[in-house]
Amino acid sequence: MNLFSKTAAELLELLKNRDISAREIVTSVFNRIESVDSKVNAFAQTDKESALKQADAIDKKRSAGEPLGMLAGIPVALKDNLCRTGYRTSCGSKILSSYKAVYNATVVQKLITADAVFIGNANMDEFAMGSSCERSIYGATHNPWNISCAPGGSSGGSAAAVAADETILALGSDTGGSIRQPASFCGIVGLKPTYGLVSRFGLIAYASSLDQIGPLTKDVYDSALLLENISGYDPSDSTSIKQNPFSYTSTLKESIKGLRIGIPQEYFIGGLDSEVASHIQSAIKLLAECGAEIIDISLPHTEYAVATYYIIATAEASSNLARFDGVRYGYRTEESSDLHDMYFKTRSEGFGDEVKRRILLGTYVLSSGYYDAYYKKAQQVRTLICRDFENAFQKVDCIITPTAPSPAFKISEKIDDPLTMYLSDIFTISVNLAGLPGISIPCGFSSSRLPIGMQIIGKPLGEQTILRCAYTFERNTPFRTMKPTLE
Amino acid sequence: MEFEPVIGLEVHVQLNTQSKLFCSCPTNFGAVPNTHVCPVCLGHPGVLPVLNKQAMENAIKCGLALNCSISLFSKFDRKNYFYPDLPKGYQVSQFDKPLCHKGHVTIVDTGVEKIIGVTRVHLEEDAGKLVHAAHGADSGVDFNRGGIPLLEIVSEPDIRTPDEAYLYLTALKAIVEYLGISDCNMEEGSLRCDANVSIRPKGQKQFGTKTEIKNMNSFRGVQKAISYEIERQKDVILSGEKIVQETRLWNDDKGSTFSMRSKEDAHDYRYFPEPDLVPMVVEQKYIDTLRENLPELPFPRMHRFIEQYGLPEYDADILTGDKAFADYYEQCASVCSEYKMISNWMLSDLIREAGARKISFADAPVTPKMLAEMISLISNGTISGKIAKIVFIEMFDSGKTPSKIIEEKGLVQISNPEELQKVISNVVAQHPAVVAEFKAGKEKSIGFLVGQIMKETKGKANPQLVNTLLREALG
Ligand SMILES: [Zn+2]
Repeated sequence: MNLFSKTAAELLELLKNRDISAREIVTSVFNRIESVDSKVNAFAQTDKESALKQADAIDKKRSAGEPLGMLAGIPVALKDNLCRTGYRTSCGSKILSSYKAVYNATVVQKLITADAVFIGNANMDEFAMGSSCERSIYGATHNPWNISCAPGGSSGGSAAAVAADETILALGSDTGGSIRQPASFCGIVGLKPTYGLVSRFGLIAYASSLDQIGPLTKDVYDSALLLENISGYDPSDSTSIKQNPFSYTSTLKESIKGLRIGIPQEYFIGGLDSEVASHIQSAIKLLAECGAEIIDISLPHTEYAVATYYIIATAEASSNLARFDGVRYGYRTEESSDLHDMYFKTRSEGFGDEVKRRILLGTYVLSSGYYDAYYKKAQQVRTLICRDFENAFQKVDCIITPTAPSPAFKISEKIDDPLTMYLSDIFTISVNLAGLPGISIPCGFSSSRLPIGMQIIGKPLGEQTILRCAYTFERNTPFRTMKPTLE
Repeated sequence: MEFEPVIGLEVHVQLNTQSKLFCSCPTNFGAVPNTHVCPVCLGHPGVLPVLNKQAMENAIKCGLALNCSISLFSKFDRKNYFYPDLPKGYQVSQFDKPLCHKGHVTIVDTGVEKIIGVTRVHLEEDAGKLVHAAHGADSGVDFNRGGIPLLEIVSEPDIRTPDEAYLYLTALKAIVEYLGISDCNMEEGSLRCDANVSIRPKGQKQFGTKTEIKNMNSFRGVQKAISYEIERQKDVILSGEKIVQETRLWNDDKGSTFSMRSKEDAHDYRYFPEPDLVPMVVEQKYIDTLRENLPELPFPRMHRFIEQYGLPEYDADILTGDKAFADYYEQCASVCSEYKMISNWMLSDLIREAGARKISFADAPVTPKMLAEMISLISNGTISGKIAKIVFIEMFDSGKTPSKIIEEKGLVQISNPEELQKVISNVVAQHPAVVAEFKAGKEKSIGFLVGQIMKETKGKANPQLVNTLLREALG
C-alpha cells in the first residue's frame, strides 16, 4: 500500500519503528498530488520544496534522538483562511490573492510544535461562504468520488484532499457546516469542535460567533489525534474556553453501552433524500445493537435555524470583511478618482458575487430601522435554539442526524440558486448557532456510489462522547476502508 | 426675544496605560509613525482583540470619580464605518451598555456651585491619524494612535453658557489628572472635546435643533466656538430661518464655525455586539475596593481647603484645580500657618513669575519649603512684604534660600524705633511744605513722607512702625 493512503496513526507507527522517513511520506503525498490533483483541484497552493525541507528537519531530529512532537512528519493541509507567516493566505479571494500572512495562527503554531509538515493550502469557497467549493479564484474543487460533483463547502479543498489521499490530515473551518458537509460529501471524518475549544486567532473570520477550526481526517482516530493537537485555551482569543488539554484518543475505545442517543424528529422531514434517510436509520440500528439507547427527541425551533443563521452570519461578515478596503494590504483597484471611488472599485472588483450578496444582506439587517426586526430577533431565536438543545441534553448524551439532506450534488447545479444552496446546510447550522460539537462520519453510499454522512452532535465540550460513538460506529462498518477510484 | 443656550459636551480622554486597549503595543506620544503597531492594531486578517484590564480599571475609576453608577455587566459593540484611519472598518466601542452611567461633575461659577450631569462614560479604541503630504495629493496614515484606549465622557445638556462649558472641562480635567489616568494634553490630542449646541426661547421646555461643533483644540477654543455658535444660531432664528441639524467645524484662526456635513449624510453606524470579546463582568467587591482607594478629588479637596485653612472659595478652587498646585500649597501649609498669605503668594507671584519665564510652577526653583520660610520671615517681622517681593524674585532666579538672600543683601527690616526716628526727623525737616499741607488736613500728603522714609532706608523700614512714628512726629 502506498504511504499516501495511510492514516496519521499508521504512519506514526511506521515512523516510530523507523520503517519509513518523513521525507518518504511527503514524497509519496506529492506524487499523489501530482497524479490526481489535476482532476480534483483540491489546493490553492502547495509547496513541495518547503514540505521536504520540513520533513528532512524532522528526520534529522529523529535520528539525533531529539524529542519530537505528536505529529512529527505527518503532512497536513491548511484551509486557505489560516494564517501562516510568509505564506499566501487568500481565502480563495481576489482581494487577498497577493496577501502573505504576517503571523502564525494559533493552530499553525500548535502544529509547528507538534512537528507536523505543512504541504499547502486547500481550496475553499471565497471567505468560507458557500457549500460547494465552487466560488474560489482557484477554480472549483471536484469530488474525488465523482469529479462532476461538488465536494461540498466551504472546506471542500480540505475534504477532497483527504478523500483523494492528497494529504494525510487537513484543517478546515466550520461556520454553518463547512467542515461536516464536505466531509459527508467526500466520505471522510469532519469534526467541528465546541465553540471556544480551538483558538480562532489567525483564522480569517467569516462570522466570529460561529466560526470554529476543526480536523478533516481519514478516520475517527486521526480526528481525535488532530483535535488533541490543536485545542486548548489561548489567551489571544477572548472567546477561548479555559480548558486543560485532553487526550481524546485515549477514550475512543470505551464502550458505548448505555449511551443515550437522541433522534430529533425535525431532522427527518420532507426534502430529506430517501437514500440518506434509510442509511441513517440503519446506522442508528447498528448503534443500538452496540448497546446505545435510542430516544426520540424534539428540537422544535429547528425550522428557524437557516434564517437565523443567515442573519447573524451575514451581519458579522459585513463587519468582519470591512477591513479589506485596499488601504493597508491586499488588492487595490488600479485607478480611482478619490477615496470613496477607491473603496468602491476595490471592493467591487475584489469580492465575488456570493461574498457581496452576504455583505449586502448583513449590512441590511444591521441598518437602523431593521436591526430589531432582523438581527435582534435572530439573536432571540438563537437563544431558543440553544435552549432546545439544553432541554434535549437533559435526556440524551448525544444526538444523531443526517449531515446533509442529500449526497453530493453536481458542480454548478445550485450555484445560481442561493436559497437552495443555503438549504444544504440545514442540518449543520443549528450546531454552530448553539456552539456545540458535531462530527460527520461516513455511514453508507448512495446507489450512484456517493458517500453519505451521519452527524453526531454532542453537549458543550462533549467531543469525547461523540468521538467515542463515532469510533464505535466506524469500527463496526466498512466505510473507512473505501476509497474513490481516481486513476 | 431672549434665548437660552443648551450645551452638552462629549469629551474623549486618552488613557495613559502602558499598552493599547486590545494589543500589547506601547502608547507613548511622539514616536516615529507606524512603529507602535502590530497585526492586531493594523487590522490584519484573522487577528483578535484581548482587553487591557488596566484600561477597564481606569475607566471604572473615572466613572467613580464622576459619581457614576458602574455597570456590573457591560459589553463592547462595533461601530461600523469606512475611513482610512480605521483599520478594521469598525471601531470597538460601547453602545447600549456603557461601563459607567448617570454621574455628575460640580462646577463653581463665580462662587455658585452647579451640578452638571454625566450621561455616560464608556471605553473605546482610538483611530489612527491621517498625515497629509505638504506637496502633492498623497496622504498617509499613522497607526501609532490606533487602538489607544479612549474614555468617552458624555455630559447631560445641563450647560447653559460658554463659561460653564469652560468650567466643566477644567473640572473634568482636574478629576482625571487627580486620578493619574491620562495626560490630558489637548495639544497632543490626549483630551478632545466636541460640543452640542442649541438655543431655545427663554422659558421654553423643549430643546431647539442642535448642531455638533468639532475641531476645538483648547478649552478657550471650546468656549469661543460655543459663544460663536450661540450667536450664529440667534441670527439664523431671528432672520426667520431654521437651524439645520449638522456637524460644524470650528476654525480657530477665523473664529467661526462652518458646516461639515448635514444630518442627511450622517453615518448609520450599524452598531452590534462585538463577537470577538466577551462581556465585561465586574464584581461589586472589586468596584468597592477601587472606590475606597480613590485619591481625594478636587471638589472635596476644595471644601477641605476652605474648612481647614480658612481660605475663600475662590482661592481654594484655583489651588485645588491642579493636583500638583494643591500639593505645593499643602507642603507650604504644613510648615507655615499663614494660610491666606501662602495662597496669595502662590496665586499671584508664583504663577506670574513662572509664566514670565514660560515654565510650570512645578519647575520653579522656589520650593514649597522656601516659600513657606519666606512667608514666616514676613510674619515675624524680619522682612517687609515689599522686601519679600525682591527676595522672591531672587529666589526664583538663584534658587537660594530666603534667609541666605536676606543675609547676603542685608535686607533685614529696620524695626528699631531709634534708628527710624532719625530718618523720620530728617525727612520731616527736609519737607516743611508737605508737613504743613498735612497739618492743614491734607491726609494724602503723609504718603509722600512715608515714601521718602522708605527711600532713605532702601525699603527696609518696618512700614507699620514708620506709620506710627511719623504720625507721632507730626503731632
Ligand atoms: Zn498593536
